[in-house]
Amino acid sequence: MAGQITLKSHRFRTEREQGWRDLEIILKAIEGRGIKSLTDEQIVALPRLYRSTLSSLSVARATSLDQGVIVYLESLSARAYYVLYGSQHGLGKRMATFFLRDWPLAAKTLWKETVVSVVLTILAAIIAFVLVTNNADWFYTFVPESLASGRTPVASAETLRETLYYDGDSSGLGLFASYLFSHNSKVAMFCFALGFAFCIPTAILLLYNGFVLGSFIAVFSEKGLGFEVGGWLIIHGATEIFAIILAGAAGIHIGKAVAFPGELTRTESASKAGGTAALLMAGVVIMLFFAGLLEGFGRQLITSDWLRYAIGFGTLTVWLIYFYGPRRVEAES
Amino acid sequence: MAQVLSQQVINQRRLITPEGINLQVQLADIGARIAAYTVDQLIINFGLIAAFFIIVLGGISAGPEVAVTIFILINFFIRNFYYMFFEMGPKGATPGKRLTKIRVASRTHARLTANAVFARNAMREIEINLPLSFLLMSGESVDGWIALLGLLWSGIFLFFPLFNKDRLRAGDLIAGTWVVRAPKPFLASDLAAEKENLDSHFVFTPEQVEAYGVHELHVLENVIRANEKQTVMDVANRIRKKINWDKSVSEADLDFLKAYYAALRGRLETRLLFGVRRKDKFDKS
Repeated sequence: MAGQITLKSHRFRTEREQGWRDLEIILKAIEGRGIKSLTDEQIVALPRLYRSTLSSLSVARATSLDQGVIVYLESLSARAYYVLYGSQHGLGKRMATFFLRDWPLAAKTLWKETVVSVVLTILAAIIAFVLVTNNADWFYTFVPESLASGRTPVASAETLRETLYYDGDSSGLGLFASYLFSHNSKVAMFCFALGFAFCIPTAILLLYNGFVLGSFIAVFSEKGLGFEVGGWLIIHGATEIFAIILAGAAGIHIGKAVAFPGELTRTESASKAGGTAALLMAGVVIMLFFAGLLEGFGRQLITSDWLRYAIGFGTLTVWLIYFYGPRRVEAES
Repeated sequence: MAQVLSQQVINQRRLITPEGINLQVQLADIGARIAAYTVDQLIINFGLIAAFFIIVLGGISAGPEVAVTIFILINFFIRNFYYMFFEMGPKGATPGKRLTKIRVASRTHARLTANAVFARNAMREIEINLPLSFLLMSGESVDGWIALLGLLWSGIFLFFPLFNKDRLRAGDLIAGTWVVRAPKPFLASDLAAEKENLDSHFVFTPEQVEAYGVHELHVLENVIRANEKQTVMDVANRIRKKINWDKSVSEADLDFLKAYYAALRGRLETRLLFGVRRKDKFDKS
């Protein structure tokens, strides 16, 4: 009579249950204290238990009508899958790979996009420079009041000169901190984040950034401070403007992938491009941090124009070599 | 019940392991994600308030400017790295997500990489902070219409997860991730094992155990586990009527259901071994 003898599915469950429980204990240990907390026996047992649990799931789906077992095995297998096929590198190793390989490689891969953002920025800067030089009123169109903070065409040469060498009473640390939330790091963030709307917002932001840049240069050079403003800009601009350009490149890369997905679906294409772009963007954040340090301390302490130029071009060269210089090709790890 | 099942099917996505097993992950529902986000924000903000007091109390001697600067730095780090730090860990989830039993996972078979987590969280800026900043824009600095347009445009990002079938945020879309349910594995006891404690008078004829299919078996399982008196009685009477079972005087409804559950499952599983899966009572196979 059916039901009088022990069910096969029940016997299956009692025989295998211990293995499932063991796997659960190991997973808990890994999730809680990391893989290093396992004993040698547990390490050896883990792949065997994982496979046998997966096979239990297949068998249970085919032969058992006990919902409890199937639901349990599904969640246990998924959990084990995420642990086993999750990211396994330590934070230190991951950081090392990022700086030694991933970041410069991402910058190198996106060189075309970088060229596009450089062209957009320079083009906008030239347009703004020409316009503002011919008619100073254009300055107010390009630069909002909050950004200008007194550095307008009507300001005297003396006032302008002062802003180049003296930044008010705040200390370097204070400047650095306020910088993190400043206009420029926001521009960089948005260049990346808005890129996927077919590059258009990114392009507008890059142009806008170039307009502001060109307008400022025009205002200063009109008063005969062209050389000085160059030094003021380049000491941290080499890092900061470069960072914004790279952020723009990252945004354009994603936008391009969304607009022209090729054989992939649009979502697949976006996430594929997103990987490289995000790497570059992580680097941009580091660059902005560095630019903040330069702005906070470098611009305050170093008031010699030649030294400013030297540091500016020095950092630019370092970045260029770091990103685009030849490097040993390492095997994929 | 039918609705619950279909909801499960809608949320179900294939995840094939390298071993070739389909794990059938379930997408996290929007409610769980909003709850997780709220919890995380609460943690972040309480942490910041605590940090503020500690710094203000301890930092006065070093001067107010230094104290404020340190606080701004801490604010920057916590806001930006809270999500990344937790989602890069083995659980792939922030405390809020752990609480609502969901996690971040890669949409493909690839690992969930640190880059993906970074990309997903870098997008948070435009998804939530951008709409907020448009909303808080004062009418003085910007034209109201522009603020409204900005709000509408940025609202697209905010409500993005509601309008695609995988409930992706814009960040998920770019990072190649999604948020799935990650319930704690819990092994419920086997109901069929409990029949040993029952009277031996529950003996069903082959015709009686032919009455139902797998769907009814699972409903019956849920009824027994929930163990609500009224439902158990109704279901037991319905089954007795259907299979022409004469109720003895001392027979408890729950015992009857458990015995019938074991018998039915035994019958259906035997047929399963022969390759016949009887879906429900209307299935004539």
